[in-house]
Amino acid sequence: MTLTAVPAAATEPSARFRDLLHSEWIKLWSLRSIRWAFLLGGLAIIGINASAAMADYNNWPHYSPAMQADPWMWGLRDSFTNEGGMVLMLVAGSMGAITLVGEYGTGLIRTTFGAVPDRRSVVLAKTAVVTVVFTGFGLAVVIASYLAGNSILAGRHADASLSSPGAVRVLAASVLLSPLAALAGLGLGAIIRHSATTMVTTAFVLLLLPNLFTERRWWSAAVNHAMLYSAWRRLVDSNPQYPAVLHRASVGGSWTVFAVWSLLAVVVAVVLVDRRDV
Amino acid sequence: MIEVHELTKRYGRTTAVNGLTFTVRPGHVTGFLGPNGAGKSTTLRMILGLNAPTSGTVTVGGQVFRDRPRGLRQVGALLDAHDVHGGRSAAAHLSALAHSNRIPAARVARVLEEVGLTAAARRRIGGFSLGMKQRLGIATALLGDPPVLLFDEPLNGLDPEGVLWVRGLFQRLAAEGRTVFVSSHLMSEMENTADHLVVIGRGELIADESLAAFSARGNRLSVTVRTPDAERLAPLLTAEGAAVRHEDERTLSVTGLPADRIGELAFQHRVLLQELATQAASLERAFMELTADRAEFLAGDPR
Repeated sequence: MTLTAVPAAATEPSARFRDLLHSEWIKLWSLRSIRWAFLLGGLAIIGINASAAMADYNNWPHYSPAMQADPWMWGLRDSFTNEGGMVLMLVAGSMGAITLVGEYGTGLIRTTFGAVPDRRSVVLAKTAVVTVVFTGFGLAVVIASYLAGNSILAGRHADASLSSPGAVRVLAASVLLSPLAALAGLGLGAIIRHSATTMVTTAFVLLLLPNLFTERRWWSAAVNHAMLYSAWRRLVDSNPQYPAVLHRASVGGSWTVFAVWSLLAVVVAVVLVDRRDV
Repeated sequence: MIEVHELTKRYGRTTAVNGLTFTVRPGHVTGFLGPNGAGKSTTLRMILGLNAPTSGTVTVGGQVFRDRPRGLRQVGALLDAHDVHGGRSAAAHLSALAHSNRIPAARVARVLEEVGLTAAARRRIGGFSLGMKQRLGIATALLGDPPVLLFDEPLNGLDPEGVLWVRGLFQRLAAEGRTVFVSSHLMSEMENTADHLVVIGRGELIADESLAAFSARGNRLSVTVRTPDAERLAPLLTAEGAAVRHEDERTLSVTGLPADRIGELAFQHRVLLQELATQAASLERAFMELTADRAEFLAGDPR
């Protein structure tokens, strides 16, 4: 007999939020697919960025002296290219979504809420773990890309130190892009609750939607600037010769977009998951 | 103790559960019977707070389950053995649940041993058979050592040895003073498992009584009697109020009298019996008969 007979649940220890964090941490890392996705996704992003640096290294003799004199262009933008940013958003967005829709899709969500009826705390713990883990992922990918790109470009004396103007902003915005995309995916997952549809919608909202709104008209530019990808592009961009016909977002506004997206994603996830039947 | 009061759940224009009221008491295995689509699963989900009732209340241990911060030490539930993530190992699945409720890690190994999954603890759940998933679900329900246990169709996919084990486990849990509530759509499963029955159909309560009382609604069950002395036995049974039909010259189909009473009568009158078998009427059949004489049933029910 391995059961102990305690018919009236006598001693219930007080509920702690960190137990839920621990539980979500176990859930995330106990999936082999998640570990592979981090590894392969990370390598792909670093590879994309390093190959951009490699291309500039090879083409360097053909660039004009004026172009060559812009360290931002090379040492920083090659550390984190637009393509690298898009793949990071795709990887983090879909993985962030999976942490929630994976539970809906398998039915695990019912087991989870049977164990912890306080759904809001479960979702908050999940978003907290996602934020921490994907910030770490962003940090690892950005640092590796920066080191790889700059060691390649050092051969052309086109590397950029962290003390060069705007360097911290470029790297910080790129690191944060990872948890932001993950939270956006999780928030969309809370709305849709269906794995495949969530994946497609996340890719559409994060990557395609910004391209549908030009910066030529103010209202269209306003929508464009409210997108995560556009905000990131603005934060990693220093181009002083911005085309005059286009409306340009401010740096402060773009940081605000980052903050609003993360807050909105968490609020939507907490409220919807709490209210709906599972 | 589970108290369901005037519980109703509507999905758009469909009413899944309609004004359901019953109480599940500790110390018994209570069967929850009804044909497919009767509203059993919906009711169980409302008990666990997964679905919100349209109206009415349901409490477990005097409290609405969703108002509790943690659940495993209050209610252990197996609603669907597939409600797991196939990518995780059984140990990781239980470990994540245990941590969320501050249950010591040692408990995971103990419940895995209890359900006989120790050897499969490190294997991915995706590779489990339905029977193994049922065992894992039972392990999940036992994890918090709770006073109330809910099981939705727990015998599905279990081999005969597994069925026997589960029956023994339920009876043991009830004997320990726990509330054990087990749903099924098969009467035959409940006959050897439950000692009290809650029967529903189309979302409404049909019966809430002991298994003995339910069985005593004799006209539902028929008993097949094979005897060389059919001519002599038949009038004896009819005299006791049974309806007797001659299947052939040696076989009688008896309704309205339980098998043990038929055996007694045969013994007293020295009639040789070659076969005495209760035909386990499917719940569907019993249910149809129950709804057929529904008016009569409702007359005695102050609902």
